[in-house]
Amino acid sequence: MHINYLDLLPWQAVAGGLAIGSAVTILLLFNGRIAGISGIIGGLFRLQKGDIGWRIAFILGLVLSVTIWKIFFALPEIRIETSHWMLLLAGLLVGYGTRLGSGCTSGHGVCGLSRGSIRSFAATVIFMLTAMLTVYVVRHVIIS
Amino acid sequence: MVGLMAWVSGIVFGLGIILSGMVNPAIVLAFLDITDRWDASLIGVMAGAVAVSSIAFTMAKKQKKSYLGEYIQIPSVTKIDTRLILGGIVFGIGWGIAGICPGPALVLVGSGNQEAIIFLIAMLLGMGIFEAVQQKYQ
Repeated sequence: MHINYLDLLPWQAVAGGLAIGSAVTILLLFNGRIAGISGIIGGLFRLQKGDIGWRIAFILGLVLSVTIWKIFFALPEIRIETSHWMLLLAGLLVGYGTRLGSGCTSGHGVCGLSRGSIRSFAATVIFMLTAMLTVYVVRHVIIS
Repeated sequence: MVGLMAWVSGIVFGLGIILSGMVNPAIVLAFLDITDRWDASLIGVMAGAVAVSSIAFTMAKKQKKSYLGEYIQIPSVTKIDTRLILGGIVFGIGWGIAGICPGPALVLVGSGNQEAIIFLIAMLLGMGIFEAVQQKYQ
């Protein structure tokens, strides 16, 4: 099977990144918070008074963004080809791992690197390399 | 106002995830698959995001409070411990299997994708298990 990934233009990736950076800026300068998505969701499990509303508002914004996108542009077709059992496993690992390691692609990746945190840089290198190794094993060792 | 700005931030974040292509697990997996026609475009996402955010963090460090009078909460932990390393490895394996991380998971669910709903429920379960284990051993 041949999939043409080159449909995605580099300028789109950079422009998307600029938007993500703007979102981080808004949450930091107005709310004083780090836009780390696993942390924002995870905080809801601790139910601290006065610390719930903004988290839910941010999450609703993320979920709603697709609807707003669709007003102006068509959403590119997205097909998830991972089996349901593997999705279940992946979800569990992502949920547990991001909480154990205190962050994901947004918190450690974007925010951590932006504030020059060595700890976040280390975390980002670790999860990136592990993910690359996992993809290699799944695609080229198990299914080959 | 705090809720409104968090909502706006979430929307802008989501639009960025869609525009950048990160919403599509196939693109993320093509980025992570360095041995097979590597699609490096996602490096551009990180570069764009860090370029803007680093200015914001420089500004935030000079301020005592946010524009809405909230405390600016920037993590102070610098230790690279076992938890950070193990957490990164566990997350990396999950990310590598599905090509979905927490942000895109929420955006995908917003698009009505049924596979993403399975992933999100499992992700919340994983976070719940972490909290339960934490509370038991603290």
